Amino acid sequence: MILNLGLTDYEKAYLAQCQLVSRRRLGEIGDSMIITEHNPVFTIGRTGRRENMLADSRQMRKRGVRLIEVDRGGDITFHGPGQLLLYPVVDLKARGRDLHRYMRDLESVAINFLNSYGIIAERIDGKTGVWVGGSKVASIGVGAKDWVTFHGLSVNVDIDLSYFSMIYPCGMRGIKMTSLAEILGVDIDLNMAAEKLIVCAKRVLGVGDGIFAGTPLGAAA
Amino acid sequence: MVDVKLPVLAEGVDKASVSYWHKNVGDAVKEGDDLVELVTDKATFNLPSPASGTLKEVIVNEGEEAKVGAIVARIG
Repeated sequence: MILNLGLTDYEKAYLAQCQLVSRRRLGEIGDSMIITEHNPVFTIGRTGRRENMLADSRQMRKRGVRLIEVDRGGDITFHGPGQLLLYPVVDLKARGRDLHRYMRDLESVAINFLNSYGIIAERIDGKTGVWVGGSKVASIGVGAKDWVTFHGLSVNVDIDLSYFSMIYPCGMRGIKMTSLAEILGVDIDLNMAAEKLIVCAKRVLGVGDGIFAGTPLGAAA
Repeated sequence: MVDVKLPVLAEGVDKASVSYWHKNVGDAVKEGDDLVELVTDKATFNLPSPASGTLKEVIVNEGEEAKVGAIVARIG
């Protein structure tokens, strides 16, 4: 099952992931994924440090953005409109039970997606994510419940990059974040980008068909 | 007593950190419930309880690291 949720608050998409994880663990559904964009939010993962948030609560309020703690791996990051989030819910028990290999697969999804726009992107050893010319364009932070995954991959497509100056992204100093739009110097159609990202994810992760706009989760539960 | 051991989370990775205990010592646990969250690089892994009973002892606390195969808790 593939769910395209459109623009969501972080919590809504998180709840949808948790429902899919529960149903996947019970065997009610096959490997699935959610694609969405979030309203502006900073999230800090389990290995994150508060000092990587450079703005105070007043500055955050002015820009209409919150900071929430989440149960993925990794440090602090920003999500906002124009960034595509891919949240695969796949059972790694059937895929060799290897969290790191799974993260390399998510990098492949982003690299193939960028290739489809003619961009050469790369991995950097020891720095999970996807990079173009030394700048980071895609970030990864995953979670698993007994090998069924949640959280996943964010790709900066056409996002307001100024928010990233309010944090040390991923806890790294001197890191420059970029986006597909910045690299190409043109506006990007988000709907088309979402379709391309789904195609790349289906190829790499082998997730099945059936794209739903909106969430049929309530009806299916 | 059932030992809860740190599993292999990825090829070539011989350790992980405990990031969150879902249960406290003395809590009742059911087999399959989320028991402890582990973290390696940018991934968290929720280890389900291998047995039903009571969480008797936590050996590796939040923020501490353990090797693959190490006993992180005991359930009785």
